Amino acid sequence: MSEIVRTVTRWIFAFIATYGVYLVAYGHLTPGGGFAGGVMLASGYVLLVLSRGAKEAEKSLGLRPAKALDSVGALLFLAIAVLGLVLGQGFFENFIQKSTPGEPLEILNAGIIPLCNIAIALKVMTSLFVVFVVMASVRFAGSGEELEYTSEEE
Amino acid sequence: MLYTLCFILFAVGLFAVSTQKNIIKIIMGIEIMDLAVNLFLVMSGYRADGRTPILTREVSRPEWLAAAVDPFPQAMVLTSIVIGLGVLALLLVLALRLYGRYGTYDITKMRKLRG
Amino acid sequence: MELFPLFVAVPLGVAFLAALVPKRAARVADVLGNLGSLALVALVVLFYGRTGAVHVGGWAPPVGIVLVLDPLSWFILATVSAVTLAVTIYSIRYMDRYTGRGKYYALFFLMVTGMMGVVATGDLFNLYVFLEIASIASYALVAFGCESEELEASFRYAVLGSVASCFILFGIALLYSVFGTVNMAHLAAKIAALGGVTGSTTLTAGLVFFLAGFGLKAALVPFHAWLPDAHPSAPAPISAMLSGVLIKAIGVYALARIVFNVIGLTTTTSYVLMAMGTLSMLFGVLLAVIQWDFKRLLAYHSISQIGYVVLAIGLGTPLGIMGGLFHLLNHALFKSLLFLNAGAVEYSTGTRDLQKMGGLRNRLPVTANTSMVASMSIAGIPPFNGFFSKLIIIVACIEAHQWLFAALAVVVSIVTLASFIKVQKYVFMGSLGEKWKSLREVPVFMCAAMVLLALACLATAALVVPPVRDAVLRPAADVLAAGAEKVGMVLGGVK
Repeated sequence: MSEIVRTVTRWIFAFIATYGVYLVAYGHLTPGGGFAGGVMLASGYVLLVLSRGAKEAEKSLGLRPAKALDSVGALLFLAIAVLGLVLGQGFFENFIQKSTPGEPLEILNAGIIPLCNIAIALKVMTSLFVVFVVMASVRFAGSGEELEYTSEEE
Repeated sequence: MLYTLCFILFAVGLFAVSTQKNIIKIIMGIEIMDLAVNLFLVMSGYRADGRTPILTREVSRPEWLAAAVDPFPQAMVLTSIVIGLGVLALLLVLALRLYGRYGTYDITKMRKLRG
Repeated sequence: MELFPLFVAVPLGVAFLAALVPKRAARVADVLGNLGSLALVALVVLFYGRTGAVHVGGWAPPVGIVLVLDPLSWFILATVSAVTLAVTIYSIRYMDRYTGRGKYYALFFLMVTGMMGVVATGDLFNLYVFLEIASIASYALVAFGCESEELEASFRYAVLGSVASCFILFGIALLYSVFGTVNMAHLAAKIAALGGVTGSTTLTAGLVFFLAGFGLKAALVPFHAWLPDAHPSAPAPISAMLSGVLIKAIGVYALARIVFNVIGLTTTTSYVLMAMGTLSMLFGVLLAVIQWDFKRLLAYHSISQIGYVVLAIGLGTPLGIMGGLFHLLNHALFKSLLFLNAGAVEYSTGTRDLQKMGGLRNRLPVTANTSMVASMSIAGIPPFNGFFSKLIIIVACIEAHQWLFAALAVVVSIVTLASFIKVQKYVFMGSLGEKWKSLREVPVFMCAAMVLLALACLATAALVVPPVRDAVLRPAADVLAAGAEKVGMVLGGVK
């Protein structure tokens, strides 16, 4: 891609990331939440892949850390749910809201919901990043032959 | 009625899945079916002259409850879209791998398995 | 009862922990996987005889999701856990031929999470979500070895499975648009107030969509086209899981739960189920007899035996339902044992073609003996479990004056016996081929898993003895037989 596109996408990436974080953080007040915010954050990386190519986009986060963060995000969500069980309240119970309720319609409110949103956003962002980078790195060695990936697993 | 549009879309998707030969078109047919079902689900929550189901400071709770559109189908559709995304990602990677093996996207050429 | 969501949380945790395991540390993934399935079995033992409902997150239904434990759920959970344990023990050595052990266990336990969730939930949309989790994991697992055959089979399976899921979601959407709730108990009460399934055409349309969608998931004729391609192409432990528990937990159980407890059984629905079951029985066994590929033959037999289960459950009488559930458990045990045997034979000889094998009895003694046990179970020979469950089904058909169905069941049983005599003759009996003279028995873990399942086949025959039957089978059958009236009582008083 030309130099103009490459430079401008680098700036826009910051805006997209900010908007994604906003969607995640205000997920319990306005439409959005974990999944939508995660997709927004991933679309920043998609923009990088489109403008700079899969190899450079892969370097920006790295496939192996992304896959690890994927599982960490899911385990974080599960840990929050089980924490409710451990603290004696019940599985997936909103124990933060029950013990220290916040003001309605404020950002520091709704107990475990913002934390779950963050975990989901992490998982969605990294998994969409991995899927997109891997699919963009596919190279076919001749027609009808074995295809080769630039990474070792999908 | 708008609901018949959903059934028509569903039938179009089903037709695409059963008759098309190109793998990508089959995948598109599945996505059209997903779209039709999600559309039906969202439309079933409609209330005439309804408001968005978002709680704000100005509006009082009982008045908001009476005027808001049903939010539950919207939550269901959000989940369903995510599931559709997962299936789509898997199907597309399978399609890419199949192209690498056979060199074509034509499903009638992939006949290694006996029916 | 508060610990009940652990049935879903434990496999989910194991799945994502296994995904973190790096490629070199395959043994860590093995240990993790087996600890997970042992934990599931421990949970099943812990929850024996209890009933109750858990409101997830403290939100009462119909606003919140409710997880329900009743004798039927416990029965299916126990079946799934038992087969999972045997398969994870088997996978310790069988999966040495494949790379990416961590990913295998991650996908495997995601599939188990989905199945446990489908059985444990009391909410229709939650059932759909868990069903999708299990299905997507199974599409990926069928393609695990990445050979052309596996990719093709997985693609076909994924397309048909997605179509089925769209049908199921459409059914749920139709039900929601009429009644405004997706909670099973609440729906049952509202449908009963409306006068059953004929009270509303949208409801009948929903039932038709459910029959199509779940029929596809359970591989009933005419929706069976994906099974003979998908089950042989998967690695052997995955074939055992797919054929043994997946089509039952997300196909037959979900269909039975919705048709009996939510919508209510009518004569028409009963006849439709019996017809689909009988067609599956006939098609499956007739197409199985002509097969020469070991696993493909077993896949066709799966279609046939699931036909038995659906025929029995479709009868609607208490004896029929009991026979159907008993046969469900038995089929899970002996079919997974048969697939593990086929995998062991393939592990040693490298082929699945029946005509190339012969005389393996002396070289693979454990495999041969457990295969004999499983073949006698599926063919219905006493004292193995298959005989008793088929007997109950045939007696139930006769008791309900369905003479034609009873006769067909007997005929199919005889053809099944013939088919398995052929399998035993070609694979294990006869003279030993030249190239098989230096075969050795498969590794210890694989043998242990097969012996475990074979012993279970013998042990579950005891379920026909009245004290054991009344402790385990009869409560499970009663849940379905009572239909919609008892739902309110069991699910904790939802208005």
